[in-house]
Amino acid sequence: MSTIALTEVHQGSLASRDWSGPAPKRIVTGYGFWIFILSDMIMFSAFFATYAVLLGQTAGGPTGHDLFDLRNVAVETAFLLASSFTCGLATIAADTRSTTWFQLAMAVTCAFGLGFLAIEGREFASLVARGAGPTRSAFLSAFFTLVGTHGLHVSAGVLWLLTMMAQVFAKGFRADILRRILCFALFWHALDIIWIAVFTVVYLLGSAP
Amino acid sequence: MQQSVAFHSQGFLPPEHYDQIFSAHGTIMIFFVAMPFMIGLMNFVVPLQLGVRDVAFPTLNSVGFWLTATGALLVNISLVIGEFARNGWLPYPPLSELAYSPGVGVDYYLWSLEISGVGTLVAGINLVTTVLKVRTRGMHYLRMPMFCWTTLATNLLIVAAFPILTATLAMLLLDRYLGFHFFSNEAGGNVMMFVNLIWAWGHPEVYILVLPAFGIFSEVISTFSGKPLFGYRSMVAATMAICILSFMVWLHHFFTMGAGADVNAIFGIATMIIAVPTGVKVFNWLFTMYGGRVRFQTPLLWSIGFMVTFIIGGMTGVLLAVPPADFVLHNSLFLVAHFHNVIIGGVLFGAFAGYTYWFPKAFGFKLHEGLGRAAFWCWLIGFYVAFMPLYVLGLLGMTRRIQHYDVLEWHPWLVVAACGAALILCGIVFQIAQLALSIRRRAELRDDTGDPWDGRSLEWATSSPPPPFNFAFLPEVLGEDAFWRLKSRANEQSGTDQAPEYRDIEIPRNSPTGFVCAFFATVMGFALIWHIWWMVAVGAIGAFATFVVFSWRDKDEDVVPAEEVARIDRRNKSQRHAILRGEAAQ
Repeated sequence: MSTIALTEVHQGSLASRDWSGPAPKRIVTGYGFWIFILSDMIMFSAFFATYAVLLGQTAGGPTGHDLFDLRNVAVETAFLLASSFTCGLATIAADTRSTTWFQLAMAVTCAFGLGFLAIEGREFASLVARGAGPTRSAFLSAFFTLVGTHGLHVSAGVLWLLTMMAQVFAKGFRADILRRILCFALFWHALDIIWIAVFTVVYLLGSAP
Repeated sequence: MQQSVAFHSQGFLPPEHYDQIFSAHGTIMIFFVAMPFMIGLMNFVVPLQLGVRDVAFPTLNSVGFWLTATGALLVNISLVIGEFARNGWLPYPPLSELAYSPGVGVDYYLWSLEISGVGTLVAGINLVTTVLKVRTRGMHYLRMPMFCWTTLATNLLIVAAFPILTATLAMLLLDRYLGFHFFSNEAGGNVMMFVNLIWAWGHPEVYILVLPAFGIFSEVISTFSGKPLFGYRSMVAATMAICILSFMVWLHHFFTMGAGADVNAIFGIATMIIAVPTGVKVFNWLFTMYGGRVRFQTPLLWSIGFMVTFIIGGMTGVLLAVPPADFVLHNSLFLVAHFHNVIIGGVLFGAFAGYTYWFPKAFGFKLHEGLGRAAFWCWLIGFYVAFMPLYVLGLLGMTRRIQHYDVLEWHPWLVVAACGAALILCGIVFQIAQLALSIRRRAELRDDTGDPWDGRSLEWATSSPPPPFNFAFLPEVLGEDAFWRLKSRANEQSGTDQAPEYRDIEIPRNSPTGFVCAFFATVMGFALIWHIWWMVAVGAIGAFATFVVFSWRDKDEDVVPAEEVARIDRRNKSQRHAILRGEAAQ
């Protein structure tokens, strides 16, 4: 097997200057989860685009102006933003390996999350009771799907949050559990970002006359 | 499909059955043949080419694989229990709405793609992270083999496009299950929104299929020409350009929607622009072969067959990109001929080239060369005989998805096409025979060097099949064509074999998580299709429980002790050296 080097470019000392091998696990995990979050946001953007297309298709039924109660939404937003703050406290507690503060912060986060879900559930129920359910018009289908998908994400987040509390309780701050806490925090904050978009595009713009 | 077309009769199959057959054909071929084949090759080859021990997320990856299997299983269950969709490989509403497709066929389609779509997304996240974050020392971006670049581009497309598919199919599911009005005719639903959304995913999907094939051809052509890839950087640029442009052309799938001349013109021109980076690639391949010491073995034959065939398919594609021409050719067999031209000539030939090329790396023995050639020629000639007549038929006005016909002048062309299909069948028979014969004669086809083709990238630097840890030492990369450099250097300073110090290697533990999770996903999918709500709950709780059990495990890695690493590595090395010495002596 005699081989001839055809193009031997002499880069010598530049050889391996900017890549020193596989990244550590924490970086790899966080990076992969970021990519998941981006893909999730693309899914939301499909629902946002649909909502924008169907906004005027009320089929003679109620519009956002008739239906949305901004005070209710303000409380929801406050709950979610507060939960993001307490979730940040939980991350700090995990960094300092303080089990008590971690569990406390997570419990408060969970309470805020559940509060948010309760308010959203009440809003949905009252809309359906007023005959403005998702089957009423294309606009309402898009509204329920967009806001409901966010709500489903929050529900999944609450389930994940409880699992993390149980894991830290049972196993302590192991390296793999810390990586999961990192991913959970990313997920929870990302839901906040999406809620800001929902709040703006759906509720603020939608309740304009 | 044209075999099922019958002349002057009621058709070989009743219409309901025929409609299910072509719908299932498209769905299975795209989602459960082409994509898993390509993603499978990436999973095997990319960590080896990057010189690392594994992908970024092995267990998650296995979940993704088994979820894809779930999707395929659900499609196949529909053959026995119930029926499959009858509305083509993309379920356009309002035909796919409950009012017009009341059966479970569309539900089978939707749930199998929702579930396997999650699997694909997981694979995409895994491979993007692998290419961007898990590379060996010195392997910076512009030293990666071309296949790694196309893998990156493909998986970026998956991550960006598959969520749109998930959302779109979810909306159709809501329409069907809960009476929503996304795509219905009543209450303000918008049918064309479905068509827009599905092609916003569907066009990138085309490149998800063909970009990895481009990567395979780049590897094969450079290896079998004994030369570095011509214009490596322009190839990288062309790949990434296609990656971005593929999101800007979706409207060309429905020029006839009535968007107006300006919109159609913009999308027509955007479509033609994609031919530019693709042309760059073709010239690069040709210039790679030019002046090289070309070895015409099966993988290269597939590559040359691809170049000729794909250029024809590409040119008919540019024809279809001209909106006025598209108004004539839309929905005709011309279109069917075009996309088979690029999918068979591009994706399938690429898959076969990759299969022949990397088979010895995966199993330690080569595939039989003679039968491989026979299969190639049957496929190539069979392809032309089968699909060129379809261009003519399209121009004669034959539309797609016709179950029977009474037009005399179509008949001879369809008979020719059927002969071509028979030739392709011969090709498939040769391929099966090739695999069977190669397994039987594996002793004489064995490759102990780990480098049967005189390869250039790092997958050939380890033994075939690779040990569980891929490399005893992560190789350090000093430039493009990493393994070629290593070989050249080893030849210059042969005999300087210092005894290396072996260390323990951690490899991920085997885990049944993926299989168990997909089992519950299958249960859930089946229950959703048949509206068995308690079973849906069982499936969902089971899947969640699987994850919790997985996350509760205390040990996620096994250690291969240093002595074991040393034993495996020394054995492989001594085998390889013995062969190299033997060759040098000759």
